[in-house]
Amino acid sequence: MLALLVAQNIAFYIIAALIVVGAIRVVTCKNLMHAALYLVLVLAGVAAQYILLAAEFVAITQVLVYLGAIIVLFLFGIMLTRAKTGTDDNLNNSRGARGVAAIIGVLLAGVMGYALWDGFGKREFGDLLVQRTAEVSDSIFSTYLLPFEVISVLLLAALIGAIVLARRD
Amino acid sequence: MLVNQFLFLGAILFCIGVYGVLARRNAVLVLMSIELILNSVNINLVAFGAMWHVTDPSNLSGQVFALFVIAIAAAEVGVGLAIVLMIYRNRQSIDINDVDLMKG
Repeated sequence: MLALLVAQNIAFYIIAALIVVGAIRVVTCKNLMHAALYLVLVLAGVAAQYILLAAEFVAITQVLVYLGAIIVLFLFGIMLTRAKTGTDDNLNNSRGARGVAAIIGVLLAGVMGYALWDGFGKREFGDLLVQRTAEVSDSIFSTYLLPFEVISVLLLAALIGAIVLARRD
Repeated sequence: MLVNQFLFLGAILFCIGVYGVLARRNAVLVLMSIELILNSVNINLVAFGAMWHVTDPSNLSGQVFALFVIAIAAAEVGVGLAIVLMIYRNRQSIDINDVDLMKG
Protein backbone atom coordinates (compact mmCIF):
# COMPACT_ATOMS: atom_id res chain seq x y z
CA MET A 1 0.00 0.00 0.00
CA LEU A 2 2.84 2.36 0.89
CA ALA A 3 4.65 1.59 -2.38
CA LEU A 4 1.46 2.43 -4.27
CA LEU A 5 1.13 5.73 -2.41
CA VAL A 6 4.73 6.66 -3.21
CA ALA A 7 4.17 5.80 -6.87
CA GLN A 8 0.98 7.89 -6.90
CA ASN A 9 2.80 10.85 -5.38
CA ILE A 10 5.68 10.65 -7.85
CA ALA A 11 3.24 10.43 -10.75
CA PHE A 12 1.28 13.37 -9.35
CA TYR A 13 4.32 15.64 -9.10
CA ILE A 14 5.65 14.76 -12.55
CA ILE A 15 2.27 15.40 -14.18
CA ALA A 16 1.69 18.55 -12.11
CA ALA A 17 5.07 19.96 -13.22
CA LEU A 18 4.17 19.24 -16.86
CA ILE A 19 0.78 20.94 -16.40
CA VAL A 20 2.24 24.07 -14.79
CA VAL A 21 5.04 24.43 -17.36
CA GLY A 22 2.57 23.87 -20.21
CA ALA A 23 0.10 26.39 -18.78
CA ILE A 24 2.82 29.02 -18.39
CA ARG A 25 3.85 28.42 -22.00
CA VAL A 26 0.20 28.78 -23.09
CA VAL A 27 -0.01 32.26 -21.59
CA THR A 28 3.49 33.48 -22.56
CA CYS A 29 4.25 31.79 -25.90
CA LYS A 30 4.79 34.08 -28.92
CA ASN A 31 3.36 31.64 -31.44
CA LEU A 32 -0.41 31.07 -31.52
CA MET A 33 -0.13 27.54 -32.89
CA HIS A 34 2.41 26.55 -30.23
CA ALA A 35 0.11 27.96 -27.53
CA ALA A 36 -2.69 25.68 -28.77
CA LEU A 37 -0.33 22.67 -28.75
CA TYR A 38 0.82 23.46 -25.19
CA LEU A 39 -2.87 23.60 -24.26
CA VAL A 40 -3.08 19.97 -25.47
CA LEU A 41 -0.31 19.10 -22.99
CA VAL A 42 -2.16 20.82 -20.12
CA LEU A 43 -5.50 19.15 -20.91
CA ALA A 44 -3.91 15.69 -21.25
CA GLY A 45 -2.16 16.22 -17.92
CA VAL A 46 -5.45 17.15 -16.27
CA ALA A 47 -6.99 13.94 -17.67
CA ALA A 48 -4.11 12.00 -16.11
CA GLN A 49 -4.78 13.66 -12.76
CA TYR A 50 -8.41 12.54 -12.98
CA ILE A 51 -7.17 8.97 -13.43
CA LEU A 52 -4.99 9.40 -10.32
CA LEU A 53 -8.15 10.49 -8.49
CA ALA A 54 -9.87 7.28 -9.69
CA ALA A 55 -12.42 9.28 -11.70
CA GLU A 56 -12.32 7.26 -14.91
CA PHE A 57 -15.42 8.61 -16.65
CA VAL A 58 -14.41 12.27 -16.28
CA ALA A 59 -10.92 11.40 -17.57
CA ILE A 60 -12.33 9.76 -20.70
CA THR A 61 -14.76 12.66 -21.21
CA GLN A 62 -11.90 15.13 -20.82
CA VAL A 63 -9.93 13.36 -23.57
CA LEU A 64 -12.94 13.08 -25.88
CA VAL A 65 -14.39 16.56 -25.44
CA TYR A 66 -11.33 18.71 -24.79
CA LEU A 67 -8.57 16.98 -26.74
CA GLY A 68 -10.92 15.76 -29.44
CA ALA A 69 -13.31 18.61 -30.01
CA ILE A 70 -12.30 21.85 -28.29
CA ILE A 71 -8.66 21.82 -29.45
CA VAL A 72 -9.82 21.26 -33.03
CA LEU A 73 -12.21 24.21 -32.63
CA PHE A 74 -9.31 26.35 -31.38
CA LEU A 75 -7.08 25.31 -34.27
CA PHE A 76 -9.88 26.20 -36.70
CA GLY A 77 -10.31 29.54 -34.95
CA ILE A 78 -6.60 30.28 -35.19
CA MET A 79 -6.38 29.33 -38.84
CA LEU A 80 -9.54 31.21 -39.81
CA THR A 81 -8.49 34.43 -38.10
CA ARG A 82 -4.89 34.59 -39.25
CA ALA A 83 -3.49 34.45 -42.73
CA LYS A 84 0.00 33.20 -41.87
CA THR A 85 1.18 30.97 -39.04
CA GLY A 86 4.31 31.95 -37.22
CA THR A 87 5.45 34.24 -34.45
CA ASP A 88 3.51 37.40 -33.85
CA ASP A 89 4.54 40.27 -31.60
CA ASN A 90 1.01 41.57 -31.32
CA LEU A 91 -0.33 38.90 -28.94
CA ASN A 92 0.40 40.54 -25.59
CA ASN A 93 -0.66 43.70 -23.86
CA SER A 94 1.91 46.35 -22.96
CA ARG A 95 4.63 45.56 -20.45
CA GLY A 96 2.94 47.58 -17.70
CA ALA A 97 -0.39 45.79 -18.14
CA ARG A 98 1.39 42.44 -18.05
CA GLY A 99 3.13 43.47 -14.83
CA VAL A 100 -0.20 44.33 -13.22
CA ALA A 101 -1.63 41.01 -14.43
CA ALA A 102 1.33 39.12 -12.94
CA ILE A 103 0.93 40.95 -9.60
CA ILE A 104 -2.79 40.06 -9.55
CA GLY A 105 -1.99 36.42 -10.35
CA VAL A 106 0.65 36.14 -7.61
CA LEU A 107 -1.61 37.85 -5.05
CA LEU A 108 -4.49 35.51 -5.93
CA ALA A 109 -2.17 32.52 -5.62
CA GLY A 110 -1.04 33.72 -2.20
CA VAL A 111 -4.56 34.27 -0.88
CA MET A 112 -5.87 30.97 -2.24
CA GLY A 113 -2.82 29.06 -1.04
CA TYR A 114 -3.22 30.45 2.47
CA ALA A 115 -6.96 29.70 2.53
CA LEU A 116 -6.45 26.14 1.28
CA TRP A 117 -3.65 25.44 3.75
CA ASP A 118 -5.76 26.90 6.53
CA GLY A 119 -8.81 24.85 5.55
CA PHE A 120 -7.41 21.45 4.62
CA GLY A 121 -3.87 21.34 6.01
CA LYS A 122 -2.58 17.79 5.81
CA ARG A 123 -5.91 16.08 5.23
CA GLU A 124 -5.48 12.75 3.44
CA PHE A 125 -7.77 11.16 0.87
CA GLY A 126 -7.66 7.76 2.56
CA ASP A 127 -8.12 4.74 0.30
CA LEU A 128 -9.54 6.06 -2.96
CA LEU A 129 -12.28 3.84 -4.35
CA VAL A 130 -12.79 3.65 -8.10
CA GLN A 131 -15.78 5.81 -8.97
CA ARG A 132 -17.44 3.60 -11.52
CA THR A 133 -19.12 4.89 -14.66
CA ALA A 134 -22.31 3.01 -13.73
CA GLU A 135 -22.48 4.90 -10.41
CA VAL A 136 -21.90 8.22 -12.20
CA SER A 137 -24.73 7.50 -14.62
CA ASP A 138 -27.00 6.45 -11.74
CA SER A 139 -26.27 9.78 -10.09
CA ILE A 140 -26.85 11.81 -13.28
CA PHE A 141 -30.10 10.08 -14.18
CA SER A 142 -31.63 10.19 -10.72
CA THR A 143 -30.49 13.12 -8.56
CA TYR A 144 -29.28 15.40 -11.36
CA LEU A 145 -31.81 14.55 -14.08
CA LEU A 146 -33.25 18.06 -14.39
CA PRO A 147 -29.88 19.88 -14.62
CA PHE A 148 -28.80 17.29 -17.20
CA GLU A 149 -31.80 18.06 -19.39
CA VAL A 150 -31.27 21.80 -18.97
CA ILE A 151 -27.64 21.38 -20.05
CA SER A 152 -28.67 19.50 -23.18
CA VAL A 153 -31.04 22.33 -24.11
CA LEU A 154 -28.26 24.83 -23.39
CA LEU A 155 -25.87 22.94 -25.69
CA LEU A 156 -28.49 22.92 -28.45
CA ALA A 157 -29.08 26.66 -28.04
CA ALA A 158 -25.32 27.35 -28.08
CA LEU A 159 -24.92 25.25 -31.23
CA ILE A 160 -27.70 27.07 -33.06
CA GLY A 161 -26.32 30.39 -31.84
CA ALA A 162 -22.82 29.55 -33.08
CA ILE A 163 -24.16 28.53 -36.50
CA VAL A 164 -26.24 31.71 -36.80
CA LEU A 165 -23.29 33.89 -35.76
CA ALA A 166 -20.69 32.26 -38.00
CA ARG A 167 -22.89 31.87 -41.07
CA ARG A 168 -21.99 33.93 -44.12
CA ASP A 169 -25.06 35.51 -45.60
CA MET B 1 -2.05 11.63 -1.18
CA LEU B 2 -3.04 14.90 0.40
CA VAL B 3 -6.20 16.65 -0.73
CA ASN B 4 -4.20 19.85 -0.80
CA GLN B 5 -1.87 18.59 -3.55
CA PHE B 6 -4.75 18.72 -6.02
CA LEU B 7 -6.24 21.89 -4.59
CA PHE B 8 -2.91 23.73 -4.90
CA LEU B 9 -2.51 22.49 -8.46
CA GLY B 10 -5.97 23.86 -9.22
CA ALA B 11 -5.16 27.19 -7.56
CA ILE B 12 -1.89 27.60 -9.52
CA LEU B 13 -3.61 26.71 -12.79
CA PHE B 14 -6.38 29.22 -11.99
CA CYS B 15 -3.86 32.02 -11.36
CA ILE B 16 -2.00 31.26 -14.60
CA GLY B 17 -5.34 31.42 -16.40
CA VAL B 18 -6.19 34.78 -14.80
CA TYR B 19 -2.79 36.12 -15.85
CA GLY B 20 -3.45 34.93 -19.39
CA VAL B 21 -6.87 36.59 -19.56
CA LEU B 22 -5.41 39.89 -18.36
CA ALA B 23 -2.10 39.87 -20.26
CA ARG B 24 -3.12 38.64 -23.70
CA ARG B 25 -4.80 40.78 -26.30
CA ASN B 26 -5.51 38.15 -28.93
CA ALA B 27 -9.11 37.00 -28.46
CA VAL B 28 -8.38 33.33 -29.23
CA LEU B 29 -5.62 33.28 -26.58
CA VAL B 30 -8.01 34.83 -24.04
CA LEU B 31 -10.46 31.99 -24.75
CA MET B 32 -7.63 29.48 -24.21
CA SER B 33 -6.83 31.08 -20.84
CA ILE B 34 -10.51 30.73 -19.90
CA GLU B 35 -10.17 27.02 -20.69
CA LEU B 36 -7.28 26.87 -18.20
CA ILE B 37 -9.50 28.45 -15.53
CA LEU B 38 -12.36 26.02 -16.20
CA ASN B 39 -9.95 23.07 -15.99
CA SER B 40 -8.61 24.25 -12.64
CA VAL B 41 -12.18 24.36 -11.33
CA ASN B 42 -12.73 20.83 -12.65
CA ILE B 43 -9.64 19.55 -10.82
CA ASN B 44 -11.08 20.98 -7.60
CA LEU B 45 -14.51 19.45 -8.21
CA VAL B 46 -13.13 15.99 -8.94
CA ALA B 47 -10.75 16.15 -5.95
CA PHE B 48 -13.58 17.08 -3.58
CA GLY B 49 -15.77 14.43 -5.21
CA ALA B 50 -13.12 11.78 -4.57
CA MET B 51 -12.74 13.02 -0.99
CA TRP B 52 -16.48 12.64 -0.29
CA HIS B 53 -16.70 9.37 -2.17
CA VAL B 54 -14.36 7.77 0.39
CA THR B 55 -16.71 8.57 3.27
CA ASP B 56 -19.99 8.16 1.36
CA PRO B 57 -19.65 5.81 -1.65
CA SER B 58 -23.06 6.72 -3.06
CA ASN B 59 -22.12 10.41 -3.40
CA LEU B 60 -20.67 11.27 -6.82
CA SER B 61 -21.73 14.91 -7.06
CA GLY B 62 -18.16 16.12 -7.73
CA GLN B 63 -17.82 14.11 -10.91
CA VAL B 64 -21.32 15.00 -12.10
CA PHE B 65 -20.62 18.70 -11.67
CA ALA B 66 -17.28 18.32 -13.45
CA LEU B 67 -19.15 16.79 -16.39
CA PHE B 68 -21.57 19.72 -16.40
CA VAL B 69 -18.65 22.15 -16.43
CA ILE B 70 -17.11 20.31 -19.39
CA ALA B 71 -20.41 20.55 -21.30
CA ILE B 72 -20.76 24.25 -20.57
CA ALA B 73 -17.11 24.83 -21.57
CA ALA B 74 -17.82 23.23 -24.93
CA ALA B 75 -20.82 25.52 -25.46
CA GLU B 76 -18.79 28.54 -24.36
CA VAL B 77 -15.94 27.82 -26.78
CA GLY B 78 -18.37 27.29 -29.65
CA VAL B 79 -20.17 30.59 -29.15
CA GLY B 80 -16.94 32.42 -28.21
CA LEU B 81 -15.12 31.38 -31.37
CA ALA B 82 -18.17 32.27 -33.49
CA ILE B 83 -18.12 35.76 -31.94
CA VAL B 84 -14.35 36.06 -32.54
CA LEU B 85 -14.89 35.01 -36.15
CA MET B 86 -17.55 37.72 -36.56
CA ILE B 87 -15.23 40.35 -35.08
CA TYR B 88 -12.48 39.24 -37.47
CA ARG B 89 -14.82 39.37 -40.43
CA ASN B 90 -15.97 42.89 -39.58
CA ARG B 91 -12.63 44.45 -38.54
CA GLN B 92 -9.88 42.19 -40.01
CA SER B 93 -8.34 41.92 -36.52
CA ILE B 94 -9.06 40.06 -33.29
CA ASP B 95 -7.11 42.46 -31.10
CA ILE B 96 -9.28 42.95 -28.01
CA ASN B 97 -8.01 46.53 -27.59
CA ASP B 98 -9.52 47.43 -30.96
CA VAL B 99 -13.01 46.34 -29.88
CA ASP B 100 -13.87 49.58 -28.09
CA LEU B 101 -17.03 50.66 -29.85
CA MET B 102 -18.93 50.96 -26.55
CA LYS B 103 -16.25 53.09 -24.86
CA GLY B 104 -17.50 56.60 -24.10
